[in-house]
Amino acid sequence: MEKRAVFPHRVLPYVLLAPQIAVTLVFFVWPASQALYQSLLRQDAFGLSTRFVGLENFAGLFGDRDYLHAVTVTAIFSAAVTALALGSALVLAVMADRVVRGSRVYRTLLVWPYAVAPAVAGVLWLFLFNPTIGLVSFALRQVGYRWNHLLNGHEAMLLVVLAAAWKQVSYNFIFFLAGLAGVGRAVLEAAALDGAGPARRFVSIVFPLLSPTMFFLVVVNIVYAFFETFGIVHAVTGGGPARATEILVYKVFKDGFVGLDLGRSAAQSVILMAIVIGLTVVQFRYVERKVHY
Amino acid sequence: MVERQPGLTLLTHVILVFGIVVVAFPIYVTFVASTHTLDDVVRAPMPLLPGHRLLENYQAVLGHGLRSAGGAPVGRMLVNSLVMAAAIAAGKIAISLLSAFAIVYFRFPCRAAAFWLIFLTLMLPVEVRIVPTYKVIADLGLLNSYAGLTVPLIASATATFLFRQFFLTVPDELLEAARIDGAGPLRFFTAILVPVSRTSIAALFVILFIYGWNQYLWPLLITTDEAMYTIVVAIHRMVSVAEAQVEWHRVMATAMLAMLPPVVVVIVMQRWFVRGLVETEK
Repeated sequence: MEKRAVFPHRVLPYVLLAPQIAVTLVFFVWPASQALYQSLLRQDAFGLSTRFVGLENFAGLFGDRDYLHAVTVTAIFSAAVTALALGSALVLAVMADRVVRGSRVYRTLLVWPYAVAPAVAGVLWLFLFNPTIGLVSFALRQVGYRWNHLLNGHEAMLLVVLAAAWKQVSYNFIFFLAGLAGVGRAVLEAAALDGAGPARRFVSIVFPLLSPTMFFLVVVNIVYAFFETFGIVHAVTGGGPARATEILVYKVFKDGFVGLDLGRSAAQSVILMAIVIGLTVVQFRYVERKVHY
Repeated sequence: MVERQPGLTLLTHVILVFGIVVVAFPIYVTFVASTHTLDDVVRAPMPLLPGHRLLENYQAVLGHGLRSAGGAPVGRMLVNSLVMAAAIAAGKIAISLLSAFAIVYFRFPCRAAAFWLIFLTLMLPVEVRIVPTYKVIADLGLLNSYAGLTVPLIASATATFLFRQFFLTVPDELLEAARIDGAGPLRFFTAILVPVSRTSIAALFVILFIYGWNQYLWPLLITTDEAMYTIVVAIHRMVSVAEAQVEWHRVMATAMLAMLPPVVVVIVMQRWFVRGLVETEK
């Protein structure tokens, strides 16, 4: 779509675009190109000399057990967060869509965790599960289970998944509610007259009609789990114990700022960029087509 | 609801209440912990009802901070977070309004190129270009400054697209009428376009304020001076001291303070918030 009526100026549009373009070039395009460039170089241990090594950094990464471990951890983490956050949000949204009385109150009370910062959410869950003073770990002790996520990698993973999913539920809830509002009442009433009960209506009508929302949310949740959960991992486990919760973004941070291995860190950045670009393309192709039935 | 089924309705309410309890429980425990003395909090199990130390704890963190974490007052960090969140939201909205205006209302060479360049920022979140972006900020001498905290984050493809979509729906007659009355492009922009966009601006402001407030990785990298910490980053430093020294009651008071502004914004502006969220993802 294009405007028919436009202004005939030659210079003004560039002036208007200048701030956005300047920020984009200086803080986005330049650093990204630096990452690309550095991913092809290697520095010696003292940072005195740099030489061109081609794709050696990438080859090194894929031969590195720690990196492959981080890939596995990220896959498990994002699958678990996506499944948990989507599943519980869908149940709550279907319920909130059903009720007549009190629906506004329910909605308000389920929406606000969106506003809690990931790092803060992490600290709240850390407090609940603190091995010595946490309420939940205390309750688990009463039934005979000794929770200690500082020693047990599986428990640490479970804790970051819980914190990450908890924060994301309200986002998914809002989008499922919007999707449910778009399901026509007439269709549901017709199905009810034909004798379809609530469960049958959900499986045969509501869920298929929600599939565009579902697909969109899967992509958004994967992006969230990959990139926005850094604060949770950093605050709750610091990637530990023994790298059990070291997701890719955390590893880039650690290798770049703590390990100071620039070539390796840049190569990791480039791989992450490729992942974001892939996910963005998937998301936008979907938005253009709008899978409808 | 399509038909009456009292049993099912009851079950619906039970599930919803259960969901709300799970969602609210961590926050409730945080609040309770922030109203007790440290001794009460660290004795498992901690009390489940609020105590009497609310004022003392909050006054202590706002005024003096936590001794174990360096002792910078949390009040100062709240101000930093507020400046950062407001500057990011206002900056993103301002530069996106301008660039959407240029892209929709002018024809010029490189228009498509500019559009794609802005689109590119969507694909380059801070997390994937951490080290080189840090280096740019360091070279520009912007570490530990408000400019360093905000300017790199104010490019916004989503806001630009949102305004572009909206401008395309503004009737051409408005522009023609303005031109007949002798208004130039800037006059048209300030007197007509911005005022008719105000609901989109409000919706976007809510989303972007929360985005700015909750930033973590970026302030973590570029602030080393305690006086420049944002509150979200400071909490991490408060719990990462040696286990024996974590002042949980004050950490939890700080956590409450860190959550309060964005949560209040969401609840008070819920209508705009939901609208902004759904629209920015279109």
